[in-house]
Amino acid sequence: MRTLVVAEGDFGAISDVTLRVVGAARQSGQPVDLLVFDATTAGAAARVSGIERVLLASAGPIDALSPETVASQLQQLASEYTAIVAAHRSQGRAALPRAAALTQSAFVADVIAWHEGQQFVRGLYAGSVIATVVSDTPLTFVTVRPSSFAPAAADGGSATVTELQPIAPFAATRLVERHGAVHGGQDLGNARVVMSGGRGLASKENMARLGRLADTLGAALGASRAAVDAGYAANAAQVGQTGRSVAPDVYVAFGISGAIQHLAGMKDSKVIVAVNKDPDAPIFSVADVGLVGDLFDVIGAIEARVQQAGLDA
Amino acid sequence: MSIRILVPVKRVVDPNVRVRVSATGAIDTTGLKMSLNPFDECALEKALQLRESGVASHVTVLTCGLPAHQDVLRTALAMGADDAVLIDTGPATPALDSFAIARLVAAHMKDADYGLVLCGKQAIDGDVGGVAAMLAALLGWPQALNAGALDVMDGGWRVSCGEDAGIANWQIDGPAVISADLRLAEPRRVTLPSIVKAKQKPLVTHEAAALGVALAAQSRVVALSDPPGRAPGIQVTSVDALLQTLAGQRVFEAVGACS
Repeated sequence: MRTLVVAEGDFGAISDVTLRVVGAARQSGQPVDLLVFDATTAGAAARVSGIERVLLASAGPIDALSPETVASQLQQLASEYTAIVAAHRSQGRAALPRAAALTQSAFVADVIAWHEGQQFVRGLYAGSVIATVVSDTPLTFVTVRPSSFAPAAADGGSATVTELQPIAPFAATRLVERHGAVHGGQDLGNARVVMSGGRGLASKENMARLGRLADTLGAALGASRAAVDAGYAANAAQVGQTGRSVAPDVYVAFGISGAIQHLAGMKDSKVIVAVNKDPDAPIFSVADVGLVGDLFDVIGAIEARVQQAGLDA
Repeated sequence: MSIRILVPVKRVVDPNVRVRVSATGAIDTTGLKMSLNPFDECALEKALQLRESGVASHVTVLTCGLPAHQDVLRTALAMGADDAVLIDTGPATPALDSFAIARLVAAHMKDADYGLVLCGKQAIDGDVGGVAAMLAALLGWPQALNAGALDVMDGGWRVSCGEDAGIANWQIDGPAVISADLRLAEPRRVTLPSIVKAKQKPLVTHEAAALGVALAAQSRVVALSDPPGRAPGIQVTSVDALLQTLAGQRVFEAVGACS
């Protein structure tokens, strides 16, 4: 049997996220196929290392693709596969459980390790407990946390491309518009460095200042739920149980107390640096390097260093 | 339109309680403080607001579990739900998965005329977030997950959903299943008079077996463990020392200020 990876809307190139999902799917030990919804991506998909077949779906404009439509495409393909895998991101989280119900198959979410014999490892209670889950159905739908898996190589493969029969988009759900996050810059999921602000930032202006600094350093801006709820940062910046899970090389937490729900989204970062006024803040329990002090002193010092570097250059 | 809204809810360990794995490799929630799942509270609040604005006429809350789980239904009734349903799942309760819940809810909906299902985007214990999409699939209804805003528009729903990198606005026709982000609505506080009043509101119990749904789960947990701990970190005492650390991690690489 085979494993199918559902690509993100990748527009011409295969994203790092999709490559990581392919990396995860190869743990199944089965031949891996890649489903794309965009003809311009099929060429790049065919070059991904370890892919046998690219399936090119035709389901209406890719930028208006609804989870219902994706699910109905997956239902049509289901009989050929023992595992259908996507990133634990908006599209996969919406389409895969729907497809699982349509095919009466198990759904396993936010998988962080995939062991032999289709054993899946995932967190419960905001990552406070780690569970190993096995599926009892012939087909399992799986969303994986991209940052937990190494990416497959983008080149070296020579898959065949098969065009699927067109399917009609689900009619009762129509995209009106999409807004990007207010803060542009680096994507949270891919950034090597994430600079994250909490309620300690104290204002939207200060968060914007941190965002500009992150931009300058090529880092992504993150935020705690408290900071997002206070209106300092956009929803899309939220890191934690209800936001994004990130695992960058360096995670710098400014004024984040470190509630368990926040730690759930960042504690797999390689190096965690925390600055907080409160020496008892739980963030220090996961920080590799901590400073008890005023975050604005640190931000000011980094800005000064950046400015100095600009003058030296 | 004036519709009936169904709000499926879950009783979970309170978000402020830290859950741990016992020496026998199990999760024991005996004696832990239990609450209405926070996302479900937001969904219920939105449903109540839709009733208060005349969009809906009636709000029913439902949970699948044990008779002891009626406490969260009473909380929901005190918030303002009109009536409550407990589907008693007996000894199968601890192992119920999203699909079993979705099928039980769908079976309950066969005999009732709901125009909208509003639920939380995930339960904070299992962190799966599967029920809304699965229920929508079983009903053949459209779905919108992680909703931060919901309005009546053009004879249907305009839903604003949080996505990976921003927000998507969807137009949805007819009956739908919509899951709530925390931003959909701020749950109201329960007052003492409303708690007293809630005791008089109808709460019915149905046996799961009577709904004809097989409760066997499709996936099983075979092992539980604590997450791997991190090695203890160090505290630095100066801003300069912290910047040295950041420089050592190549944080300043992009601007060429290496040390």
